[in-house]
Amino acid sequence: MKKVKADPKGVLTGAHYFDGDYALAEGALAAGCRFFAGYPITPSTETAERFSERIPYVGGVFIQMEDELGSIAALIGASWGGKKVMTVTSGPGFSLMMENIGLACMMETPLVIANVQRGGPSTGLPTLTGQQDMMQVKWGSHGDYEIIALSPDSPQECFDLTIEAFNLSEIYRVPAFVMTDECVGHMHEKVVIPPAEEIELVERKWYKGPKDKYLPYKPDNDMIPFMVKAGDGYRFHTTGLTHDERGYPVINAECQDVCVRHLVDKIKMNADKIIRIEENQTDTAEIVVISYGITSRVTTRAVHKAKKAGIKIGTIRLITIWPFPEKRIKELAKTIKAFIVPEINYGQVVLEVERCAKGQAPVIHVPHCGGWVHDPVDIFNAIKEASK
Amino acid sequence: MTEIRFSGFGGQGIIRCGLITGKALSLFDNKYATMTQSFGPEARGSACSSQLVVSEDRVLYPYITDPEILVSMSQEAYEKYEQELRDDGILIIDRDLVKLKPPGGKIKTYSIPSTRFAEELGNRITANLVMLGFFTAVTQIVSSEAMKKALPGLVPGRFLDLNIKAFDKGYKYGKKILNEEKKNSKK
Amino acid sequence: MKDFEMKEEDRDEKNDPDDARHPDDVHPDDESHPMEELLRMDRIPHIWCPGCGIGTVVTSFVEALRKSEIDLDKTAVVSGIGCSGRVAGYIKLDSFHTTHGRAVPFATGLKLANPELKVVVFSGDGDIAGIGGNHLIHAARRNMDLMIICVNNFNYAMTGGQVAATTPTGANASTAPYGNFEYPFSLPYLAEASGATYVARWTALHLRRVTKSIQEAFGKRGFSFIEVITPCVTLYARRNRLGDGLNLLKYYYEKSEIQHGADTRTLDISYQGKLTVGKFVDKEKPTFLDCMNEHLARVLGDKYRFYGVSHD
Repeated sequence: MKKVKADPKGVLTGAHYFDGDYALAEGALAAGCRFFAGYPITPSTETAERFSERIPYVGGVFIQMEDELGSIAALIGASWGGKKVMTVTSGPGFSLMMENIGLACMMETPLVIANVQRGGPSTGLPTLTGQQDMMQVKWGSHGDYEIIALSPDSPQECFDLTIEAFNLSEIYRVPAFVMTDECVGHMHEKVVIPPAEEIELVERKWYKGPKDKYLPYKPDNDMIPFMVKAGDGYRFHTTGLTHDERGYPVINAECQDVCVRHLVDKIKMNADKIIRIEENQTDTAEIVVISYGITSRVTTRAVHKAKKAGIKIGTIRLITIWPFPEKRIKELAKTIKAFIVPEINYGQVVLEVERCAKGQAPVIHVPHCGGWVHDPVDIFNAIKEASK
Repeated sequence: MTEIRFSGFGGQGIIRCGLITGKALSLFDNKYATMTQSFGPEARGSACSSQLVVSEDRVLYPYITDPEILVSMSQEAYEKYEQELRDDGILIIDRDLVKLKPPGGKIKTYSIPSTRFAEELGNRITANLVMLGFFTAVTQIVSSEAMKKALPGLVPGRFLDLNIKAFDKGYKYGKKILNEEKKNSKK
Repeated sequence: MKDFEMKEEDRDEKNDPDDARHPDDVHPDDESHPMEELLRMDRIPHIWCPGCGIGTVVTSFVEALRKSEIDLDKTAVVSGIGCSGRVAGYIKLDSFHTTHGRAVPFATGLKLANPELKVVVFSGDGDIAGIGGNHLIHAARRNMDLMIICVNNFNYAMTGGQVAATTPTGANASTAPYGNFEYPFSLPYLAEASGATYVARWTALHLRRVTKSIQEAFGKRGFSFIEVITPCVTLYARRNRLGDGLNLLKYYYEKSEIQHGADTRTLDISYQGKLTVGKFVDKEKPTFLDCMNEHLARVLGDKYRFYGVSHD
C-alpha cells in the first residue's frame, strides 16, 4: 500500500463552520477526488453544489448527470479513467444506483458514494432524517458481494470519514459508502481541515509490470488485484459478467465460485483491518448500547442519565457499519446482560446485532421510523427496563 | 447549555443569523455550537427559523428542546414559537413587526426597530445584522468581536462594511437598553 | 457472399485495394487473421449466430481502427448488454462490458476522467436507444466527445427477440406476437435533434461506408452517432419469415438508398420498406469539455484550472 500526502490544491486548511454536506465535498477534495457526477436530491444536494463551486479552482470535473443511473455509471467509467471519484445521493437516488453498485463491485472499481439518508420508503420524508438504508447499502444490489460502509456522527466526521472511505476504497478496490443522514448532513458545526501534509492518502495499486503479463483480476498476496487505467496501453478487458483472472467472461459454476468468493473474502478476511468502533466502558458494563451516526450522540445523553441512575452501562459506536464488527459483539454477548440498539429505522442493524448475539444476550431495539432523532428518554427507558 | 431560536419570514436572513452566531461561537469564542434549520416547502415563505444549541462541551442532542432565547422578526414566527420559550427565557423582537401578547412568566423582552434602523442605514436587507448586534449586546452569549469576525464569507463581500455598520447600530442600541435597565433597577 | 453484387455507387469507392474485404474472403491462405492484432483471438469463436450482421460491423470497425491514424493505446470501447454489447469483449483495446443501458454514461465518465482517450460506445439499439435512451439524448445534448456505433437489429435479440423501441410498426416480435402497433424511433432523427454533430446510417453490408463513417468520426471531436442496420437471423428474420441472414442482409442493402444530407425528419423505417442511408449530419460544435473550459476560464479568469487536453 503506497501512502502519499494530500495534494494541497484540494485541501481547504483551517477551521470552518460547515454542514455535513459541505464537509463531504471538502473531504472528497482533500482525498484527491477530481471527478464528481451527481443528480440533485434532497438532502444531499449541497454536497454537489459545494463540489461544483470548488472544483474549477482545484482542477477536475463536476458533471450533473441526467439521473442517478447515469451518475454511478459515469463514476465507474471515470474511476477506470484513473480518477478518484465520488457521488452523493439519498434514498430514491440510492435505489436507482443499486444495479451499477453491483457492477462496481464486480469490476472491483474504487469509488465513494455518500448517502445522506432521509425517511423512506419511496419519496418518504425528503427533508427529514432517517437511517433506513443501512441494510440496502449492504444487500441492495443483486448477488453476493461485500462493500465498506462508514457512518459519521458530525460534519467533522463527514470530512474525516470521506477521506477514510477513499482510502479504503482504493486499498480494497471496492465501493465505499459514507452513510450519513439528513440531520448530520444539514447540521452546521465546526469542521477543522488539517494541512495537506497531515492528510495521509492511499495511492491506487497501479500495475507497473510488463504489458503482456498483466491479468486484471489476478489477486495479489493481499487478495487485491493490481489495477491499470484506460489509456495506459494494456488493452485490458473488464465485464460485469462472471470472469476469470483475465477479465474474460466465463459462464459456469466453477468460475462463479472463484469470482464470488474473491469479492466477498477480500473484505471478510481483511475485516479486522477495516473495522473501526468506539467503545466506552464496555468492560464493566451490564448493558451495552450499540448505535451509529447521529443516534450515537443522542444515545450519549441517555447514557449519562443511566450512569447517574447507577446503571452499569457501556457504549459501542459503530464507525464502520460494514463489514460488521461481529467478533466483538459475539464476545460481549457472553458477558453482558443486554444490548440496546437505537436507530432511526424500524429494525435494521439490530438484526445484525441479534445475529451476532446468537441468543446469548437479549437485544432490545429502540426504533424510530424517521423524521427526527430519538427522544433520549426513550433510549433511557429501554436501558432502565433492560437493567432490571 | 443554551438553546436559541432565530425566527422570522423567508428572505429576512434568519438562517444567516444562526450561521453567523454559530460560526462566531465555534470558531472565535471557543464554544460548541450546532446550528440546524428547517428545510423544504414548509421552510419557505411564511415562518422561517434557525436553531442553535450552544455549549461548553460537545453538543450531543442537535435540536433545541427548551429554548432560552427566541428572536422573532415577524408576527407569524413570534406566534408560532413564543409558547415554547422557557418561562425565564429572553424574547427579542423587531418592535415594528411584532405585536406582543401580554407577557407570560418571567420572560424578559427586548425590542428594537431593526428593520427601520436598517432602512435608515440605507438597506433594509441588513435588518438581520441590526438584530444580531442587538442580540449580541442583550444576551452576552457571544462576543461582538467574534460576531464581526464571522461575517466574511457569510455576507456578500461588497456589503461587508454596511453589515458591520448595521451590527454596530444594533449592538449600541442593545448596550443603551441594558444601561437604562441597570439605571432603572438601581432606582 | 458469392452472390453478393455491389451496387455501382459503392463500387466507385473501391479505390483502395485493401478495402471492403471480408476477413473470410480475402486472405484464405494467411495463417494469421488480418484482424488478429485488434481482436481477442483467445475469445474466438464469438457468440453471434451464423448470418448475424454484428460481426460484419465489427469488421468495419476494426478496418477503421487500422486505417485511422489514432493511438490505439488511447482508444477504448464501451458496450452495454445485448448481442452487440458483447463487442467490447472481442476488441483488443481497453474495453468495458458494462450494464444494460449504461454504456453511454460509463463512456462519459471514462472520457472526462481521461480526456486524451477516444471513447467508442459499441452497442445495440435496445441498449442505447431503449433502456439507455435518456443517456443517449443527454450525451448528445452535451456534445460529449464520444462515438456511438449503434447496431440496430430491430429487436431485443439476446433475450429472444422481444419488441424494441426500433421495431418497425407491423413487424412481429416475441412480445408483440400479433405485430408491433407502436411507433418506432428514428435514431438519426433522435440523435440530431438531441445535438449530435455527426450522424450516419448504413446497413451492415455497406462495409466500406461504415468503415469510412467510423474513420470520419474518429477524425472529429464531438458526439457522433452511426446507426448500422443488421439482420437478426435467428429471431427477427425467422419470426417475420424474412429468409436467412445473407438474404436479409442483401435485402436491406438493396432496399437502401443513399441520400447524404437527407433531412433526418424523413428517415422513418417502415416494415420492409425503403431504407434511407447516408451521412446526414457533419458539423462542428464545441464539446462538453470545450464549453466547460471556455466558460469557466471566462468567468473565473486566471483562477480557473484548465482541465483536459489542449486543442489550441
